[in-house]
Amino acid sequence: MDAFVLQILNGLDKGGAYALIALGLTLVFGTLGVVNFAHGALFMLGAFCAVAVEKLLTLSKQVKDESITFFDAYKEQPYLEIWWGDFGRAIIDYSVPLSILFAIPVMLLFGFVMERGLIRHFYKRSHAEQILVTFGLAIVLQEIIKAAFGANPIPQAAPEPVSGSANIGAWFGLGEAVVYPYWRLIYLFFSLSVIGGVFAFLNMTTYGMVVRAGMADRETVGLLGINIQKRFTVVFGLAAVAAGLAGVMYTPILPPDYHMGMDFLVLSFVVVVVGGMGSLPGAVAAGFLLGILQSFSSMTEVKSIIPGIDQIIIYLIAVAVLLVRPRGLMGRKGVMES
Amino acid sequence: MSTQTAPATSAATSAAPAIAHSASGAPLVLNVTDVEKNFGGLKALNNINLQIEEGKTHAIIGPNGAGKSTLLNVCIGRIPPDRGVVEFDGVPLTGMAPHEINQIGVVRVFQTPEIFPDLSLLHNVMIPALSKREGAFRFNPFRSLAREHEIRDDAEHVLADMNLLEKKDLEAGNLSRGDKRRLELAMGLVQRPRLLLLDEPTAGMSRHDTNRTIDLLKRIKERGMTKVIIEHDMHVVFSLADHITVLAQGTIIAEGTPDQVRGNPKVQEAYLGGAHL
Amino acid sequence: MPTTPSFPKLQSELAIMAVFAAAVLTMPLWMAPFGAAYPDLLQKFAIYGIFAIGFNLLFGLTGYLSFGHAAFLGVGSYAAVWSFKLFTMNVLPAVVFGTLVASLFAVLIGFVALRRAGIYFSILTLALAQMSYNMAYSVLTPITNGETGLQLTQNDPRMIDHMFVDRGAGLPSTNLFGLEMSGYPGFYFCAVVLIIAFFISLRIFRSPFGLKLRAIKSNQTRMGYTGFNTRPHLLFAFIISGGFAGLAGSLLAITDPLAGAERMQWTASGEVVLMTILGGAGTLVGPLLGAGLIKYFENIFSAFNDSTLHEIFAFLPDGLESVVVFLVSPFVGEGWHLTLGALFMVIVIFLPGGIMEGLRRLSRLVRRPSAGRADQPQTQEG
Repeated sequence: MDAFVLQILNGLDKGGAYALIALGLTLVFGTLGVVNFAHGALFMLGAFCAVAVEKLLTLSKQVKDESITFFDAYKEQPYLEIWWGDFGRAIIDYSVPLSILFAIPVMLLFGFVMERGLIRHFYKRSHAEQILVTFGLAIVLQEIIKAAFGANPIPQAAPEPVSGSANIGAWFGLGEAVVYPYWRLIYLFFSLSVIGGVFAFLNMTTYGMVVRAGMADRETVGLLGINIQKRFTVVFGLAAVAAGLAGVMYTPILPPDYHMGMDFLVLSFVVVVVGGMGSLPGAVAAGFLLGILQSFSSMTEVKSIIPGIDQIIIYLIAVAVLLVRPRGLMGRKGVMES
Repeated sequence: MSTQTAPATSAATSAAPAIAHSASGAPLVLNVTDVEKNFGGLKALNNINLQIEEGKTHAIIGPNGAGKSTLLNVCIGRIPPDRGVVEFDGVPLTGMAPHEINQIGVVRVFQTPEIFPDLSLLHNVMIPALSKREGAFRFNPFRSLAREHEIRDDAEHVLADMNLLEKKDLEAGNLSRGDKRRLELAMGLVQRPRLLLLDEPTAGMSRHDTNRTIDLLKRIKERGMTKVIIEHDMHVVFSLADHITVLAQGTIIAEGTPDQVRGNPKVQEAYLGGAHL
Repeated sequence: MPTTPSFPKLQSELAIMAVFAAAVLTMPLWMAPFGAAYPDLLQKFAIYGIFAIGFNLLFGLTGYLSFGHAAFLGVGSYAAVWSFKLFTMNVLPAVVFGTLVASLFAVLIGFVALRRAGIYFSILTLALAQMSYNMAYSVLTPITNGETGLQLTQNDPRMIDHMFVDRGAGLPSTNLFGLEMSGYPGFYFCAVVLIIAFFISLRIFRSPFGLKLRAIKSNQTRMGYTGFNTRPHLLFAFIISGGFAGLAGSLLAITDPLAGAERMQWTASGEVVLMTILGGAGTLVGPLLGAGLIKYFENIFSAFNDSTLHEIFAFLPDGLESVVVFLVSPFVGEGWHLTLGALFMVIVIFLPGGIMEGLRRLSRLVRRPSAGRADQPQTQEG
């Protein structure tokens, strides 16, 4: 029982990341009709926003290390610490959550530029060409990041107060074995609230409703005299922000490296396909579902029955779904079915 | 809409000999029995019975929304009927894949031209000719197209019939709409189908092109190909058809030779006081 | 209006093959001025040329964009190395075995992936290839030797070889009936295979089967109403294409009898897509050109570093030189992939028809410099 709960918990934070990336992917496909192979790169860019902020906050100068007395030793001390002491240290400690403030405008701007500058010109071109050009962009982005930050993963720390683990088992009377890092818990709630925010935007604002109408029937909305182009740009920016935030907050869980975007892209495509191309609730549900399934399949008990299943479970599910129910769990009937 | 209204039957009395005739021996190509089709609450087709004889040109006419296209789609197995049977040469068509229906000799010419826009006209016509010869699948990667003299001659012949021969090396996507429709007709004819279904073959054509197409279809008629034509243009229908079925709101309201149908008050009513006639 | 050639002459086929064979076999001569006349690189041209030709038979003819073709390359390599380990160091059986195994694998993948078209096909092939890649690293370690990669060892059975010769002290090298496959003999072997592969591709392009594949790309639904069952056509195209990739993979193993899973990674699949697009998908020689150019520039650019750049731009004034070197350096050496990605985008955005399309436009410009409309019938094959 404990192990069971633990696996579900373990799957949830990964599922949250999948869901956030897939949400943007399917939103863009549903509204703009564009298959964006660079969406994983947006996730990666978000993660490197956190890295950049951390680097910025920890800009240091050499100071004499006072703790070492018998010879002259120097250590790096961040300016923030020198200027503001403990407060500065706290800011550095909270660099990951603070990066959100940085990532939102950056990702939004990047999304706008990418849509206006590139994606817009590919609305009318074939899916194959969309895939190819965004694939090219993904390579360019990851190579730029590699040139700027190097090829090695750069670990990011969660803020000190939440760096430990929560004894969730004790909270719910399940037993001491169920411990779960606070940060993962935070990630789960964070992803849920971003997902909630996107849904609220789409369902409760008139702006969002027009976008949803555009998803259902682009031509009619265009005929109503609404400038759908502009909204597409906003939608794309929104998707970029969602992916970017997913990346920022994921950095304490997985040290970011330049090719993390590609790894997550393939998985989130699978998530979108399983959920149903163009279905937002489907993407979210499938994201969490696949996250949990993946974590279950990495249990030693499961692996001893089917060796290597944890490596391939997600792909197997994707293949099965495409063959048996190509529209996915919640896809609209007839969408890309034949 | 009760099933087969009395006037319809009375109109069909004149058609009755035709049915009896076919029952008495003239081979039926297509036999539609008691077909019904609903879309949601809408009765798109209601108790349709249709017999199409070998070698005849059969027109299906009716006002917009009468169910003509639905009927055609049922006939080629694209839409399964809720009730009833469609048989071609005694073989039920329901559940067959499009390529199987083509292979048994039913060819449809679409309303919006369906061609291979990236290929030359000649290749466009050679492909259906290959299908006729090879069947649904053949793996022949080492045969050279240059040796396919028969197929090419066949295709060129049909293209000449359509006045398209001098354009044979052009890319089909660059043709005018009228040319595309004639190309598609050529693609259908080159297969020498047992049954050719034409969905508004002259829609959107100029008067001149329409007349040319009529002449052309008359020439094919002489070759004894069975045809079903769905058409709005009464001029086309009355110049070509041997037999006419009038459809209104999913029901057959009249049937018979062009003369019988022309005089039928029920038909004139359906066409708003016979304005089109 | 552009036109397509309807009837290639049979004689022209002979001429094309003669010119092609001559061009390939004399590569060591005419590549010398480009600084590329050494066997390792020439061999790479030939091998990746075969890979791209095969990919083009699927993507160029049918329009089905596979994003998992590297899986077949990898499988071909593994199979060839196993042939070296189990049977003989002779390359001929290895090549045949590699091609066969990859083709069988393509039957499996194609059967699943071809049930869907469009982006779903791309995603399915991507997922299946990624799955194979993950399996090569995990469950299939007994076959693939996991991260280390599959290598020859002293203790390999090599059943056929050992019937004739005794076990030597060192590792044996690959050979063709005794002729060692390193240096120029290795290149010429690959060159001959390339010529055969090109001939097969030429025949397919000009066969009824090839015409049907092109028709599928043009309007697949119409093919159904024309009486063709498109799925077996696509499956056979997919198998041939996978077989070509396997052939290329086994040739890679000949040069260097070692196979690793990284050959199956999806970036490798992306590379063959780029080669094909760069040269011109759907054209006969385009993919070859693309493969050659990419491997050539990879070889040159990735060897650059800051000091070589400074040498190259030494003619510039000092300040300008540093600026130029600063701007160029991210694109060379380690950053070669950046150039590749940027190239990819530029080609798709501005020249979706690739180099062949560019050449065609150029030749039209040259032939009718004054005319705005270039509707002159065109007869050569693209």
